[in-house]
Parts: sequence; C-alpha cells; structure tokens
Amino acid sequence: MMEQNNSTARTPEPHIIVRDLTMAYGENVVQKDITFTVNKGDIFIIMGGSGCGKSTLLRLMIGLKEPAKGEVLYGDVNLWSLTPDERERFMRNFGILYQSGALWSSMTLAENISLPLEQYTDLSPARIDEIVSLKLSLVGLAGFEDYYPSELSGGMKKRAGLARAMAFDPDILFFDEPSAGLDPVSSKLLDDLILELRESLGTTIVIVTHELASIFAIGNNSVFLDADTKTMIASGDPKKLLVECKNPTVQSFLNRGRPGGCRYDENEAEQHSAGPGST
Amino acid sequence: MNQGELHFERSPENTLTINVSGDWKIADALPSSDDLMKEIDAEAPPQRIIFDTRALGGWDSGLLTFLVRLKHHCSGKDTTIDFGGLPKGVQRLLDLSSVVPERKEARRDSIRVSLLTHISQVEGNIWHSILETLSFIGEVSVSFFRLFTGKARFRRSDFMLVLEESGVDALPIVSLISFLVGLILAFVGSIQLKMFGAQIFIADLVGIAMTRAMGAIMVGIIMAGRTGAAFAARIGTMQVNEEIDALRTSGISPVEFLVLPRIIAMTLMLPLLTLYADLMGMLGGLVVSVTGFGIGMNEYFQETKDSVAMANIWVGLFSSFVFGIIVSLTGCLRGMQCGRSASAVGDATTSAVVTSIVGIVIATAIITILCDALGI
Repeated sequence: MMEQNNSTARTPEPHIIVRDLTMAYGENVVQKDITFTVNKGDIFIIMGGSGCGKSTLLRLMIGLKEPAKGEVLYGDVNLWSLTPDERERFMRNFGILYQSGALWSSMTLAENISLPLEQYTDLSPARIDEIVSLKLSLVGLAGFEDYYPSELSGGMKKRAGLARAMAFDPDILFFDEPSAGLDPVSSKLLDDLILELRESLGTTIVIVTHELASIFAIGNNSVFLDADTKTMIASGDPKKLLVECKNPTVQSFLNRGRPGGCRYDENEAEQHSAGPGST
Repeated sequence: MNQGELHFERSPENTLTINVSGDWKIADALPSSDDLMKEIDAEAPPQRIIFDTRALGGWDSGLLTFLVRLKHHCSGKDTTIDFGGLPKGVQRLLDLSSVVPERKEARRDSIRVSLLTHISQVEGNIWHSILETLSFIGEVSVSFFRLFTGKARFRRSDFMLVLEESGVDALPIVSLISFLVGLILAFVGSIQLKMFGAQIFIADLVGIAMTRAMGAIMVGIIMAGRTGAAFAARIGTMQVNEEIDALRTSGISPVEFLVLPRIIAMTLMLPLLTLYADLMGMLGGLVVSVTGFGIGMNEYFQETKDSVAMANIWVGLFSSFVFGIIVSLTGCLRGMQCGRSASAVGDATTSAVVTSIVGIVIATAIITILCDALGI
C-alpha cells in the first residue's frame, strides 16, 4: 500500500528481482537468462522490437504465465514457489493496466473499479463510492461513473483501466503498452499521470512499451530484449543506454532505425517529465 | 501499525486545526468524521481549516477520500481550507484529482419513465426490429439472386468448413438425442397400447411421429442451440473486432461472404440430418419393442414399412428445410446485429437460440395446419 514517499535522493532498494528467467511456449523458447532488478519507486521499461517477448515477460512477472526456468522475487517472496491460492492472493498487491484497458464491458466504470473492493474488503458501499469517485477524478474522468466502456474513447478506456488498476492502492503498477492506440496528446497525458503517481505515492511502475517518447520521458531504468539472440542485451537508464550502449541493435532501436545519430533531446524530455504537479 | 485518529481544535482566531495521526489506509478502520462535519456546520463556522500531520503514519486513498469529503463539505461555505500542512504527496494527488473539473453533463440522472412512454418505446423497438429483420431478409434475397447469376462471392473452403460444422460434426449429438426420443416415444406409447394388446403398433407410433414431426423438430432445436448459436457468436465477435467493417471497406459484402455459405450449408444439411434422426429414432423404438415387449425385429421392420407413408417423410423433410432457413438466418441476423462488446456477443447468441426455437415451433404449427387443410 502507498506510503508517504520520498522520491528525491532515493537509495535504491530492490523491489522486484528477476533471476535467470527462461520463458517458453512449449518447446519454443522466447527468451532465456533474463536477470534484472527493479528498485522501489523505479519507472522500469521493458523494451525491444515487436515479438521479442516483452508482454510474455510481463505475464510472468504478474503471475499469469509460469516460467520455464528461473524466479521472480518480490522482496523475499518467490512468486512462482507460492501455491496457486497464495499466488492469487499475492497478485492483489499489483495493479495492472492491460493493453486494451480490459474493462469489463457489461459493467459501468464505477462497477469496474468497485468490484475488487467489494470482493476483498469490508468497506461500506458509501466508502467504496468515495474511493471510486476519487480514482476516477485522479485520472480525469470525474462524473463518468455510470458510463459503460463501449461509450468511451480509447484514451478514456486506458485512463479508466488505470483507475481500476489503482483501486487497491497497489505498491506496484504494471502497464502493457500504455500508449498503444493513443494520440500524442493523450499519450503525454498518460505519461504525466504515470510520473505523478510515482512522485506522489512512490509507486514502483513497470511498463512494457516501444514508444521512444515515453521511454525517454519517464523511464529511469530498463531492460532491452532481443528477438534474435533470445535474451536481454542491455539494461539501465534508457537515456544512458542511448549515449553509452554500443550494441547496434539497441542503438538502432533507440534511434528509430537510424544508426549512429543520437537524436534524444534532453531538454525536451525534461520538459515532458516535469508534468503537472511536479516540483 | 497505529490506529488512525482524528482530533480537532478551534483557536480564538476561529481557525480549526485538524490533527490527523496514525495510519490512514482503506483496509483499516478509519475514524468517523461526523463530529468534525458538525463542528464545521456550527452556527459560527471556522474561517480557516489547517492540518497537523506530524503524527501521521502510512496513508493511502483512505486519507484522500476523507480530505475530498471535507473539501466538498466546505464548498459553498465561508471556510477556507489550507492543505499546506499535509504531506507533499497528498497535496499533489488532491491537486491532480481536481485538475480536470467534473463534466457536469457527463453525470447521468436516473430518469423515471412513465408507463405510456415505456409502451411507446417497446412498440418502437418492435417496429425497428421488424424493419431490420425484413431489410436483412431482403439483403439475403438479393445475395441469393447474385449467387444464381454468378456474381456473389464467397470462399469454397469456408463453405466446406461450415458444411462440415453443420453436418458431420453434429452427428454424435443428433444420434444420441434422436435415439432417446424414439426410445421415450416407444415407452410412453407402449403403456397405452399394451392395455389393448396392440404393442405392435409401437412401430407405427414411433415411425410416423419421427418422420412427420419429431425428427425434424429435434434436429432443428439441436442445430439452433449448437450451430445457430455458433454462427451468432462467430459473426458477433467479427463485429466486435471490426472484421465486418474491414470486409465492407474491402468491397466484399459480409452477407455474401459470411451469411450465404451458412444458410446454404444449413439448409442442405438439416434435411439429411433429419433423415438420419428418423432412422435413429426408429432404432430407439426397435430396441424398446424387441427387448421390452417381445416383438421380433422383422415384425417391427415390416410394421414400420407399412405404416410410414412417403407423405410423412416429405412433410418432415420440408419442415427441416424450413427450420434450416430459420436457424441459419436467425443466427446470422443476430450476429450481424451484434453490438461492439463481449456482453453484446452473449446477448446475440442467446437471442439467436431463443428466436430460432420460437421460429421452429411457430413454423411447425403453420405446417401442421396447412397439411391438415391440404389433407396430407
């Protein structure tokens, strides 16, 4: 649960440790020997080309797919050594925004957000209503409680999905392609919101994306998966990777396929990351 | 972990200091704010509210909802709230929650609809539905005309697949149900016939009932629940995934491409399945007669052959042909009418099955009356 944060001058404290992970579909190995650490309060980017296994890695980290080998540690808890029931309970600590929003289409936005609260807490309906209104107002959807997902635009669905992901005030938020299908303005608003959540609540955020603008604007740590070698080929701050990483695949990706030229504009990214409410 | 506590104190300068201490988390029992709200509603409300959070422990949405409630309570009053004493994170989230003002027109009020308005809405919906159905039937008719003139387009492989789904794949369930229906008819009939020593007429009863009506009806209902529902679900899902739109924008008529092969396959397969079901039903009757009433197999066969006229078989086949059109047309219509959500697919499937079964029953009644009038 969220605590008063101290986002400035954080000492890195490991929150998620992925160790020697191999992911496979049957005999087909997607990625192997994946090892990295996500620290508390990180905005951690999982990046790589299409089909390299980014979303699969996310599914392993949130307990939806079992790894062929290796472990995913949350503090001293190994997610995949828990029993299915324990793992299901543990997964309530996560907030997850799926690529399509994955809102339950037969329920209103208020019902989408309140369902997990009704199922797993003893809160009164009035308290739940307050929490629902708060979450919707945090994502700029105040007043849309009675709307069905089919009545919302793509960007609104994403934000509503985020409101649902935040229902339990999770320690960790996972985002699968948050910018996919959004216009640049909506995409930037979502990036600002992600930054604000990290700054205000100290939430650890893991994002699967290949949107370069978002990667440079909000990410402070990352891992790069390569489809050819089927393993991670770089990790660290994406801005530093752009300057320091010599791997041609990483350079090509971070430079949008143009080898050599460093096109990252630091001022622009700083301006972007200083979204509303930042100090 | 400390229990969250709420205290307040009013200074001589009419400033209310709210002391928030302990843990304020949604999962914990939080203190009531009723006394605080009463204090704010007092005859002389405080001019200013400030916060003392030095003893505040962990917090989450529990604290934020309290602050939002307080903010709403004070709106419209002469009381100003100074959130400066709150932790920075809390202040930022409060700012964020109000940065996009609520769109008043977005909120929906519950509207009470009068009975007359409701009746008129229902009538409007019925008319709309009838018009939509007629328009779909018209579109299908035009597509058939184009098919006969060699202009309609659909893939042969798709047609073969639907043919298999509507025919061979349905054989196990049709076998089981028809065999059991024949068996049940034989049992029920035998109780009465036995009283007159006329057990041999079980063969007549089962043979005529299966060929004339029951075979076709059972196959129609099975196909409505099995294949008609699948048609609605598949086309409905294509609607959700914008695949139907993609067909239209590619210049391909979805009715020709998706509906025609399904209607043709189903209307071809249903009479064949009905013939098969008739035989299975008679087999059920045979098993009961031979094992339960000592009737010989040849005797049963001969009695069935004598009693079942070709007219009965033709009536059954004609019925199944009509049912094939009803089930496939309804399944495809509901799929094409499907909305763009998962629940809409469920609704389309349910509606396809219900409409098909109602259609089958009504069609059976009409065919029976017509046959009676024509003396068939």
